[in-house]
Amino acid sequence: MADISANFLGIKSPNPFWLASAPPTDKEYNVRRAFEAGWGGVVWKTLGSEGPPVVNVNGPRYGAIYGADRRLLGLNNIELITDRDLYTNLDEIKRVKADYPDRAIIVSIMVPCEEEAWKAILPLVEDTGADGIELNFGCPHGMSERGMGAAVGQVPEYIEMVTRWCKQYYSKPVIVKLTPNITDIRKPAAAAKAGGADAVSLINTINSITSVDLDNMCPEPSIDGKGTHGGYCGPAVKPIAMSMVSEIARNPETNGLPISGIGGVTTWRDAAEFMALGCGNVQVCTAAMTYGFKIVQEMIAGLSQWMDEKGHASLDDFIGMAVPNTTDWQYLNLNHITKARISQDDCIKCGRCYAACEDTSHQAISMSEDRTFEVIDAECVACNLCVNVCPVEGCITMETLAPGAIDARTGKTVEADYANWTTHPNNPSATAAE
Amino acid sequence: MTDPMTPGIAAARLSKEALAENFADLHAPYAPHEAAVAADRCYFCHDAPCITACPTSIDIPLFIRQIQAGQPEGAARTILDQNILGGMCARVCPTETLCEEACVREAAEGKPVEIGRLQRHATDVLMAKGDHPYTRAADTGKRVAVVGAGPAGLACAHRLAMKGHAVTLYEARSKPGGLNEFGIAAYKSVDDFAAREAEWVMGIGGITLAQGMLGDDLTLDGLTAEFDAVFLGVGLGGVNALRAEGEERAGVEDAVSFIADLRQAGDLASLPIGRNVVVIGGGMTAVDAAVQAKLLGAQNVTIAYRRAREDMSASRYEQDLAASKGVRLMFNVMPKAVHGNGAAVEIELEYTASGPDGLRGTGETIRLPADQVFKAIGQTLTTDAGLAVEGGKITVDASGKSSMDRVWAGGDCASGGDDLTVTAVAEGRDAAEDIHRVLSA
Ligand SMILES: Cc1cc2nc3c(=O)[nH]c(=O)nc-3n(C[C@H](O)[C@H](O)[C@H](O)COP(=O)(O)OP(=O)(O)OC[C@H]3O[C@@H](n4cnc5c(N)ncnc54)[C@H](O)[C@@H]3O)c2cc1C
Ligand SMILES: Cc1cc2nc3c(=O)[nH]c(=O)nc-3n(C[C@H](O)[C@H](O)[C@H](O)COP(=O)(O)O)c2cc1C
Ligand code: SF4
Repeated sequence: MADISANFLGIKSPNPFWLASAPPTDKEYNVRRAFEAGWGGVVWKTLGSEGPPVVNVNGPRYGAIYGADRRLLGLNNIELITDRDLYTNLDEIKRVKADYPDRAIIVSIMVPCEEEAWKAILPLVEDTGADGIELNFGCPHGMSERGMGAAVGQVPEYIEMVTRWCKQYYSKPVIVKLTPNITDIRKPAAAAKAGGADAVSLINTINSITSVDLDNMCPEPSIDGKGTHGGYCGPAVKPIAMSMVSEIARNPETNGLPISGIGGVTTWRDAAEFMALGCGNVQVCTAAMTYGFKIVQEMIAGLSQWMDEKGHASLDDFIGMAVPNTTDWQYLNLNHITKARISQDDCIKCGRCYAACEDTSHQAISMSEDRTFEVIDAECVACNLCVNVCPVEGCITMETLAPGAIDARTGKTVEADYANWTTHPNNPSATAAE
Repeated sequence: MTDPMTPGIAAARLSKEALAENFADLHAPYAPHEAAVAADRCYFCHDAPCITACPTSIDIPLFIRQIQAGQPEGAARTILDQNILGGMCARVCPTETLCEEACVREAAEGKPVEIGRLQRHATDVLMAKGDHPYTRAADTGKRVAVVGAGPAGLACAHRLAMKGHAVTLYEARSKPGGLNEFGIAAYKSVDDFAAREAEWVMGIGGITLAQGMLGDDLTLDGLTAEFDAVFLGVGLGGVNALRAEGEERAGVEDAVSFIADLRQAGDLASLPIGRNVVVIGGGMTAVDAAVQAKLLGAQNVTIAYRRAREDMSASRYEQDLAASKGVRLMFNVMPKAVHGNGAAVEIELEYTASGPDGLRGTGETIRLPADQVFKAIGQTLTTDAGLAVEGGKITVDASGKSSMDRVWAGGDCASGGDDLTVTAVAEGRDAAEDIHRVLSA
């Protein structure tokens, strides 16, 4: 059986599934339940400086986006960092770590952007025996207005500076958690690396308004008739998170920097995908908040079954395997030609492919009197839309034309050689192929 | 309560509670979340086959999408635009042979989108608001007589009223609704829905309901003299004869009258029902009579149909419904004689075989105990009012025009289309459109 134990920055955990810093990791009670359920590690809910803790709103904190059958696809929150006393948290961390030495406990921290503040809290955290820290440079609401969280994460110079302080006053691994509310994720990642970070984790939540109450004309969640943007997470954000992860993984400047993948991880497959894009482990929040801690059992069983099927003995066998295949558009092979193929046996004659292609694409599907749908090769540009809108999985597929075949659309022979935009004659700045 | 084993025909074979349970809604209405889940299953097909399969051509994917988008009232408008009796049709249409049979998910997984129940959800929400959603066009000064206030007549009257014509709706019975009120199985139209819907349809205004019977106090000549146009939606009031020995014995009854009595009964426990009931026929009426006899407490109920199962006009779904209620289905048997001493006691059935010259008896017979025998072997036209008739029905063209000038007909009494509520609605509506076209020319 595959070994799914993880070693991230030297921090060992029985599996790569950690709970992200959020309500599930807010206190001893939850974290003990999480470990009993089988989670490999937790990133404790973000701690703030000593003194009176922050206060949360006392109305609703969450907004949601649903799919069919009220399946929660996206969650939005306006919660702040921990609203419990620093020392209470530290005592609890210490106790739990002592009882669960084989699990990873990372302490998330967010204190003002002043060296003194970090210098004060880091020894206290060190004393808990936790395995490392995560710097919360991501929270997009409430804390950023106080010059913390995303306000720091949006300024690479600050990231570098704070990371350096942490490496100076703390002996164990330092993970920098990045905000996605930025135009180029490579910049903060590079700054973290420059500051000496052992790893980055991403993404934190995305600025969002999930819905507007049209009766009261107010964004939701609404607090006494007013709303504010919150942080978006859950399955809906996974594509954005994975793209950002891949950018960091394949950027020469940050290539090799360990990454903890976060954002919409819900099943083993999501985790495997993040890891294929270069993440050493993953963190989960919304899925646990939606279904409870038990979901980790599916993740553990699913990942090891898939690894067995693929012959991966350990996580390192596949971590980062998809990175070399993630490239820029300009390097995609323009001689790779495919055509949509509709399996008449599987077709249920709904006609969605027809409507999609006829109305919004390339008029490449014909419809007969008896509702037989067929691809017109001479028109099909192989956009894949019909595949995506077909309700029957596997009914429409893309067939690759073999070299030597004629593309009915262009009338040209399919070439065996790879050729991309950089060498294409239509490209004004094309460089002649050697 | 009578002992359920009481021989012969007796009332109150079941307790009031059991009767109430037996005659409750066949399909409970959706709760809002159930409706949302059911609506989500619709694929919004291009040129959707379900629309074609609906005799009134309701834009089904559109109304389901409106439910998805949180506006069941808007969905109801989409339905009612095509079919003003969309509420009743949602309850009584044999969807398994209409829209739901055509649903691509039926082909794909044997589980169609539940179009009928979704339609009921939408129309229930709208009708619960009370207001009538349509308004009348300016008065045209034209007057139209609609004879028969069944589905065909109501649909025709409503569409005519909407166009601004003044409609007089003549009905022979004391209540409007036609077979919606007197024929449809009780568990398909609970809580007096037929009467409430008829009232609601007429809520558009411009429709005067009048007592009157064509062939009795009304004549077609009189109507054509008085009105600009006439529509006949008189249904099929007569019943075919059994042509079996002993047919006149007490206990041998029309299934349709039995159902009409049941539908109008204030107290189901007051209805007498046999201990052993045999229903002759193979259509929806046979199934409804048999099932309701069983639900009233008959101990043994048998449907005796003269041809094979595949030939039954009641759908497989209806057959299974009957079987699930404990009705026995017998095929390839025809009634030969009803035996008894005054009242029916036994029925003698002869096995049939179909040969080159049609169906014939094989000579072999079987006898079943039968205190009550219901004839459900088809209804007949009671008045043709002197119009051309074909196959026992008033001849009409595609737009519902009869052989006589300014006279239209639709529903069960007219040629073409199946004898279904939804077909009657479509024909009434289309005739109204044609009448309007002619009157505005
Ligand atoms: C027992 C039974 C169960 C059925 N179940 C279903 C079902 O589940 N689903 C389905 O789709 N269909 C069902 N049908 C068929 C459906 O009820 C009919 O197709 C539909 O009602 C026909 O409508 P109509 O308006 O043409 O006629 P009707 O509904 O018969 O209405 C005719 C109206 O005209 C009146 N009338 C008759 N003669 C005269 C006259 N001379 N002068 C004035 N008024 C007159 C009648 O009193 C009646 O009100 C069933 C039929 C029966 C008998
Ligand atoms: C209610 C809530 C509170 C959160 N609080 C924190 C926090 O205190 N610190 C932090 O670093 N991230 C916080 N997050 C962000 C999560 O750790 C995580 O980055 C994000 O939800 C994306 O992962 P997911 O899609 O698995 O939920 C919070 C998220 C939620 C939903
Ligand atoms: S791949 Fe795109 S262009 Fe080709 S048939 Fe499908 S939808 Fe049309």
